[in-house]
Amino acid sequence: MKASNKYWRERLVERTSPHLVKELDVYESEISLKKQGKIDDKIFAETRLRRGSYGQRYDNGQRHDGRTTRQIEYPSGELTKGPSTLFDAPGMQRIKIPFGGLNADQLDTLAELAEEYSDGIAHVTTRQDIQLHFVHIEDTPTIMRRLAAVGITTREACGNTIRNVTGCHLAGVCQTQVFDVTPHAKACSRFLLGHPDTQDFGRKFKISFSGCKDQACALARLNDIGCIAAVREADGKLKRGFEVYVGGGLGTVPYQARLFEEFVPEEEILPLAQAIGLVFARLGERKNRNTARLKFLVNKLGMEEFKRLVLEERANLPYEDAWTSYLKDIDTAGEEPLKSPSLVQISGAQPKSFKQWYRTNVYEQRQNGYATITITLPLGDITATQLRKVADLARTYVKDTVRTTIEQNIVLRWVSGADVAAVYAELDAVGLAAPGAGTIVDIASCPGTDTCKLGIASSRGLSGELRTRIIARGMELEEAIRGLHIKISGCFNSCGQHHVADLGFYGVSRNKNGYTVPHFQVVLGGQWGENAGAYGLAIGAVPSKRIPETVDRITGRYIAERLEGESFQTFIKRIGKAECKKMIDDLTQVPPHDVDPSFYTDWADAREFTTGDLGVGECAGEVVSPFEFQITACEREAFEAQLSLEAGDTGNAARLAYGAMLNGAAALLRSRMVTAGSPDEIVALFRTHFYDTQLFFDPFTGGKFAHYFFRAHERAGEKRSAESVHRLIEETQLFIEACHSCYGKSLQQMVAV
Amino acid sequence: MPAAVMEIEHVNIKIFAKEPVEADLAGAIPMFHRWIQESVTPELLVDVADYRHVPSGPGVLLVGHEANYSLDLGGNRLGLLYNRKTAFPGEAVEKFKQAYDAAMQACALVEADPAFQGKLKFDLKHFELIVNDRLLAPNTDETWEALKPEIEKFCQAQFGGAFGLRREGGPRERFRVVIESDAPVNAR
Repeated sequence: MKASNKYWRERLVERTSPHLVKELDVYESEISLKKQGKIDDKIFAETRLRRGSYGQRYDNGQRHDGRTTRQIEYPSGELTKGPSTLFDAPGMQRIKIPFGGLNADQLDTLAELAEEYSDGIAHVTTRQDIQLHFVHIEDTPTIMRRLAAVGITTREACGNTIRNVTGCHLAGVCQTQVFDVTPHAKACSRFLLGHPDTQDFGRKFKISFSGCKDQACALARLNDIGCIAAVREADGKLKRGFEVYVGGGLGTVPYQARLFEEFVPEEEILPLAQAIGLVFARLGERKNRNTARLKFLVNKLGMEEFKRLVLEERANLPYEDAWTSYLKDIDTAGEEPLKSPSLVQISGAQPKSFKQWYRTNVYEQRQNGYATITITLPLGDITATQLRKVADLARTYVKDTVRTTIEQNIVLRWVSGADVAAVYAELDAVGLAAPGAGTIVDIASCPGTDTCKLGIASSRGLSGELRTRIIARGMELEEAIRGLHIKISGCFNSCGQHHVADLGFYGVSRNKNGYTVPHFQVVLGGQWGENAGAYGLAIGAVPSKRIPETVDRITGRYIAERLEGESFQTFIKRIGKAECKKMIDDLTQVPPHDVDPSFYTDWADAREFTTGDLGVGECAGEVVSPFEFQITACEREAFEAQLSLEAGDTGNAARLAYGAMLNGAAALLRSRMVTAGSPDEIVALFRTHFYDTQLFFDPFTGGKFAHYFFRAHERAGEKRSAESVHRLIEETQLFIEACHSCYGKSLQQMVAV
Repeated sequence: MPAAVMEIEHVNIKIFAKEPVEADLAGAIPMFHRWIQESVTPELLVDVADYRHVPSGPGVLLVGHEANYSLDLGGNRLGLLYNRKTAFPGEAVEKFKQAYDAAMQACALVEADPAFQGKLKFDLKHFELIVNDRLLAPNTDETWEALKPEIEKFCQAQFGGAFGLRREGGPRERFRVVIESDAPVNAR
């Protein structure tokens, strides 16, 4: 904790709204009371989460150091800041940046905070937030005071609240936009922040604004509410509004948002969001957080009933001025340039590196003579020094503002064409002129095992490795694959948005040769464009260390066999999932530990992957256990379900997916010497042996994956839509992953005994 | 309550590597994990963070409770950075000494590590001293006037009379002084 924390309040009180000063005073008092043991763990946890202060990996005080699991003996001992979360353990501070909009003073402050309270790095997230890692809880009130003084709040950055409202980073300057959605995103963020109607959700709630339908800048279809700009002609005039989608979300099982209304007039968008929030608060699941997102409610009620309830709620809302007050100045609210327009100067004298960068990182705005420059941030990371440089550039070349992007970059908008080369030179001086924005090298990744409590495999380690390899190939890289998107999540929770990538990966583990080996599921068939137009499905798990080869093989095949003008997504669809799987089958093999121990560690982590937790006991010989054989068969069945779905045979796909679950459960039972015959018997015995005992439970999601199985059993034989079968297959894959995990835990217990 | 520069905490010391550097920073990852396994420093060590992908960034970072250690690439120059995060008792000069000694000991460990042996050497007489607190120690003439005698006292004890001090950076940066000496280092 900083000695200066006690002075910051006084220093900033004049520059902060009294309301915020009071709010942060209360928060600071709550931390003191927590230290004195006067606040309940759960209540304090929600208090800090609602202010964006998260826990981080190892905050339960345990860490496997590569040899053994050790206690981390913090000075404050057993004192906690939430259930199983030690007070002194470093945490993460999430900072909400609505629609990614930042000004130069805010950039300077973020730089200061990264240096003084974190590790010198600010991390841009896939929701346009900024995150600081390794932060001490007692520094968080001062961090919030310093942010509040420059107009940033961390309020409702986490917890069961409305998260950062995202928006196209090109809004206002985009060639293809219908109109500039910035004022709407900003107003929505302000209106719903702290609104009494949005404080009682059972789960988080995400909103995005997109300026057009075809691009992906705001990924409208993976949000709880996705608003896509639209216009309608009425009385001879064009009227602004939005095509509204609801109930989208990634997470363990992704749902694409469904059309709620083709056209909602702009003056109705805020009250509609409020009404949706009210229905969600009233009817959303509250006990089981695994089914508490809006997507489950929409699915449960059906769109027709959901819409009826929302419109009924809307009709009863008392009028609020904020619904429309921002619209009065909307035509003059847009950003303006600092300098006069001019053409970009490109000459033979400019270095090759400039031309490469120009090709991928400079976007010609709809306003002639201006460009938007993308500053590519590797893995979303930027140093304090670089942040200050970006602040300088914002002051010198544009009118003070920049935006973060959902691809974890920063854009400088309204750069006069004549200044593009100068901006490049200044960026290059601080290592920020890397080319490749929006290309295969611009890999998005969640924090994964680096800092996230839920991470299974090292998504950032893999991203770094892939990035290095792709950059090394540089201009040799085939044009056809340059534009592909790679997205990586450390686990099935999808924070890296792997479902909507051309090549998506999410971290899993496998028990091989008596060790736990980091793997990634390979996800193909996703679509980044059209606001996340399609979600991919996993085709198989490959050891982490073979993912680079997997990328080379899949992209190589595409280069070699694509038809003229054929997109990657179409190519994957054409050759089919079976062929895709065949392509990677040999890569799924793991060599024995004594042949190549590197497979048993993760990228950028020298520790042997959980071997200390598992140990090498009598169950860990070279012999493949019956469970492993059976679970492999389940994976095959799940994959065959995908093939059936692909072929349009939804009935067979559902049957195969459900069968894979049944066989997975039976395999687990057999590993306990329990045999079962009929499906009813398997379900009953599975419930007794694995659900009631909580052996099947995941530490964070509890019995969620078992519920997938129970629900599939209840619905066995029922006619399902293609969308529902798609979801069932996702659930089957997750159930199988949970079987792997449960079996691994059983082995550990046997070793311990 | 007025802020007082003499209340400073959070002293950082970055000891620069001698050029040319031939080592691959990847070796720092297993090295820092070993430091955690073997508890080689007085601080409680927590985890390792890999920032090699960030140009002029923190390099490879060993996160601790009381302090972080890193093979840092800030300013586009490799060095061993000791970043004190919790209070250390005593006068300013004692805080400088504690941070310098910790950094120096870490340099010795790095130089002896199989990944860096013969490939990475540190210049113990060429380093930066940073106060990581803009409120108590803004990078101003006033702070410089207040802290310079304390830094000189520390350098005097460490190197004798032969040393040079140079304040660096702009007002938005943290208070930072580059220290160079030709004299032998007193303690290792």
